Amino acid sequence: MSERMALNILDNPRHLARLITMIERQDPARIEVLKALHDKTGKAHVVGITGPPGSGKSTLTDKIIGELRNRGRRVAVVAIDPSSPFTGGAILGDRIRMMRHATDEGVFIRSLASRGHLGGLSRAAAETVRALDAAAYDTVIIETVGVGQSEIDIVRCADTVVLVAVPGLGDDIQAIKAGVMEIGDIFCVNKADRDGAERVVRETRAMMETAIMNGANTRFSGLYKAVYEHTVQQARLRGENVQEDPHGGALRIPPVLLTIAEQGEGVSVLVDEILAHHAMLSDTEWLLKHRHENTMWELRNAVADNLLGWLDNANAHSQLANAAEAVLHKDTDYYQALAQVQEGIIAAGLRLVSD
Amino acid sequence: MEQKIRVLVAKPGLDGHDRGAKVVARAFRDAGMEVIYTGLRQTPEQIVNAALQEDVDVVAMSILSGAHNHLFPRVMELLREKNMDDVLVIGGGVIPDEDIPGLKAAGIAEIFTPGTATGTTIEFIKNNLKRKA
Ligand SMILES: Nc1nc2c(ncn2[C@@H]2O[C@H](COP(=O)(O)OP(=O)(O)OP(=O)(O)O)[C@@H](O)[C@H]2O)c(=O)[nH]1
Ligand SMILES: [Mg+2]
Repeated sequence: MSERMALNILDNPRHLARLITMIERQDPARIEVLKALHDKTGKAHVVGITGPPGSGKSTLTDKIIGELRNRGRRVAVVAIDPSSPFTGGAILGDRIRMMRHATDEGVFIRSLASRGHLGGLSRAAAETVRALDAAAYDTVIIETVGVGQSEIDIVRCADTVVLVAVPGLGDDIQAIKAGVMEIGDIFCVNKADRDGAERVVRETRAMMETAIMNGANTRFSGLYKAVYEHTVQQARLRGENVQEDPHGGALRIPPVLLTIAEQGEGVSVLVDEILAHHAMLSDTEWLLKHRHENTMWELRNAVADNLLGWLDNANAHSQLANAAEAVLHKDTDYYQALAQVQEGIIAAGLRLVSD
Repeated sequence: MEQKIRVLVAKPGLDGHDRGAKVVARAFRDAGMEVIYTGLRQTPEQIVNAALQEDVDVVAMSILSGAHNHLFPRVMELLREKNMDDVLVIGGGVIPDEDIPGLKAAGIAEIFTPGTATGTTIEFIKNNLKRKA
């Protein structure tokens, strides 16, 4: 079943959809399929779109899909919505805005609910992205609400992150602008038909400039330096005169764009910037550098998740119970108990790995 | 492994009201299901492709315009074309009693007319899933 499924997902969207269901459920059977697909991954440009609730992420995604289709690209979307913490159910509404693409064979859209598994969500999202990548979609877009750390973790598996803001959010905008330093590559002020959009653009630019002048370590400045060096090198190879930048590209800031997603205004420029960012990553060593960092981070998280899983198994549970009792009865002190439990659990973990 | 019932709530046809569909969607969510809502005025092709990509267990359609005798069987036909026979399909909305046998013959598992308690629909889904959720 699984090997065949792996071969089939290229031309059978139903198999792809089934595989994503296995990923959502974290079904162990998915692993064989994902393994078989591994060689086919790594080609897609992964784009994260994040921002506050209702900022227009889905509307924007719909227009970006249209623009990328016009430019001949196959596009997949993973739209992530939170589950209700009480019932575990969810209404996944992002797709409504993208229904016009439902019959386009070059577009695949999948809604994922967070299902309460916080750490697991970024794993499921990353695996889903890899499945879509293997299925030969040129661009894979992840839409997620950017509020908490777990959502920020999700867009880590993106090569290019678009942060969406809107006018009139008050203090929220501070947090979002701080976020651009950590995770944003392109800043998009949507609902530009509303008052105050230009001000958000100005404030965002000012904030980024201040950060750079203060020597802050931003996500983008390393890339811009590498791009500058690459450009200079290319120009020299062609024997052209180069207008030297004394700062070596270090003072460049990411694009801050205005869009009216509902009307599609500004979307073509946004797509230009998204593709330009990808080109910058590919021209330099940064695409690989990003992906290396992200893969390391994913592996680290998987180990942490597995360790937490071991802590919940019966053996570890009884060790914890015994240690707690020993501490309460003053048979041992807290720190000695901790050291003993840790040794026991690591030994159990190693046995599990070698099994 | 966490397994959730996934439902596509769809509004085929041209009528412009989705209050009922939204009430149903919220009731499904509150029953712990994951609901993908398509919005208004969807063609059978759009509904079936969305159901395929979302890999849902259930398609729940609501229609008020009166075009159910055409649109519901068309959805069934497309699902069969794509070998999606294991999807449970139910319908709702303003549907005259005399149309119900024909729709069931076309493969709609059950028709819920206005006034049906959402709990009844939820029970029906849980008892009639075609694949193990
Ligand atoms: N005025 C105005 N409204 C917009 C614009 N873009 C989107 N909207 C509206 O904003 C609302 C939210 O749009 P969505 O695209 O669903 O926003 P979202 O960020 O995906 O929302 P969530 O996924 O729920 O967080 C809708 O009513 C859109 O029609 C815009 O450029 N201007
Ligand atoms: Mg959305």
